[in-house]
Amino acid sequence: MHTKRIIPCLDVTAGRVVKGTRFLQLRDAGDPVECAMEYNRQGADELVFLDITASSDNRRTMIDVVERTAEQCFMPLTVGGGIREVADVRDMLLAGADKVSINTAAVFNPELISRCSDTFGVQCIVVAIDAKQTAPGHWTVYTHGGRKPTDLDAVSWARRVEQLGAGEILLTSMDADGTKDGFDVALNAAVSSAIGIPVIASGGAGRLEHFLAVLQEGKADAVLAASIFHFGEFTVQQAKAFLHAHGIEVRL
Amino acid sequence: MNPRLGLIDYGSGNLRSVTKALERVGAHVTRLSAGGRIPDFAALVLPGVGSFGDSVRQLHARRLFEPVQQWIREGRPFLGVCLGYQLLFERSEESPGVPGLGVLAGVVKRFTAGIPGALKVPHIGWNQVTWNHAVRERFTALPERAYVYFVHSYYPEPADASVVAGTAEYGTSFAAAIATKNVFATQFHPEKSQDAGLTILQEFVRSLA
Repeated sequence: MHTKRIIPCLDVTAGRVVKGTRFLQLRDAGDPVECAMEYNRQGADELVFLDITASSDNRRTMIDVVERTAEQCFMPLTVGGGIREVADVRDMLLAGADKVSINTAAVFNPELISRCSDTFGVQCIVVAIDAKQTAPGHWTVYTHGGRKPTDLDAVSWARRVEQLGAGEILLTSMDADGTKDGFDVALNAAVSSAIGIPVIASGGAGRLEHFLAVLQEGKADAVLAASIFHFGEFTVQQAKAFLHAHGIEVRL
Repeated sequence: MNPRLGLIDYGSGNLRSVTKALERVGAHVTRLSAGGRIPDFAALVLPGVGSFGDSVRQLHARRLFEPVQQWIREGRPFLGVCLGYQLLFERSEESPGVPGLGVLAGVVKRFTAGIPGALKVPHIGWNQVTWNHAVRERFTALPERAYVYFVHSYYPEPADASVVAGTAEYGTSFAAAIATKNVFATQFHPEKSQDAGLTILQEFVRSLA
């Protein structure tokens, strides 16, 4: 049976986890590799590393983080942040990433999506969409970490990137992100119902019920969360046990 | 005694992950990036992500296509992962007109288009494999109905059903792994399937001793 995925996300800058994690048993909770190993132990289905500075100086540091993680954790890794060229994607895949997430560069240069998927296969190209509600049932795409609005509608943009060769959408609600009040279920349902590729829901996880809502009514294929796991409020196992008890297929 | 494995290096993205996982289960891995006579490895390993056509072209460009084909036809041990599994077949719907290694009869097919809001394509995530009796006798520690990690839009359909070692369900039942006397190959990524994946690789490596 195919399962829904639970994906912790680690924000990384200059080789360190930003905001940190509070795993008491770790020697260095700011070390992305140690955090990745903890999530590997918890049975996370994938991990996302997001390079939030995303400068080219940082690229080498991020490659090093991915390489060291892939030596210890035999699990799927996605890397995002500052991916601008085909060569950036190649570097991350060779370092041990399985998927690479493209955000701002895809908006300004949509052909980048097709060039990457032609070279590496559709299955490893994730397009990250940051969306903010601008009218009932209407969401606008933002770039530059959610700072700059575009004139793109999130649902139409998701359809377009699917045609261009994206293999998956990482969908972040700018309204819900950081609130811990739950995912934007309507946004996820609108995007997931419009496309044939998987959607990872992101932004707003505060309680385990939030995962359930976005996987059921939001029709998401996977959920991504950061602080709910980092600060030890819930482990990945607890999230999975809860979902399983509510009839969602997960890998226990 | 650690078996020496030859890993075919044709620029594939998962080369490093496959190397690290095989090393973790006790194999000694040597990369092979150009053709000619293949040294006397205990087994050859063909990893792979990317497109079928591109990978065939890369194997030809590096003069690895015929040596790999010959190695398998001589009945020597071989492990294929993901695209390295698909390449064993005659052709793929992904790259019409590009012949694969053709050491197994059959075609690589695409999942029918994803169903919005429901069954999505690519098939990404953890799914269960049901192993057949013969392969469980050979690899005794294979985790039964264990979850393994898939990320693909295409899957081989072997002409000879007797080579199918395990099946998975995704809208349709497909051959998640095949096993012949000398070839073992998986559509999923054992190198990314945590303990279940390492156990599968360990069983293959152990069978070479």
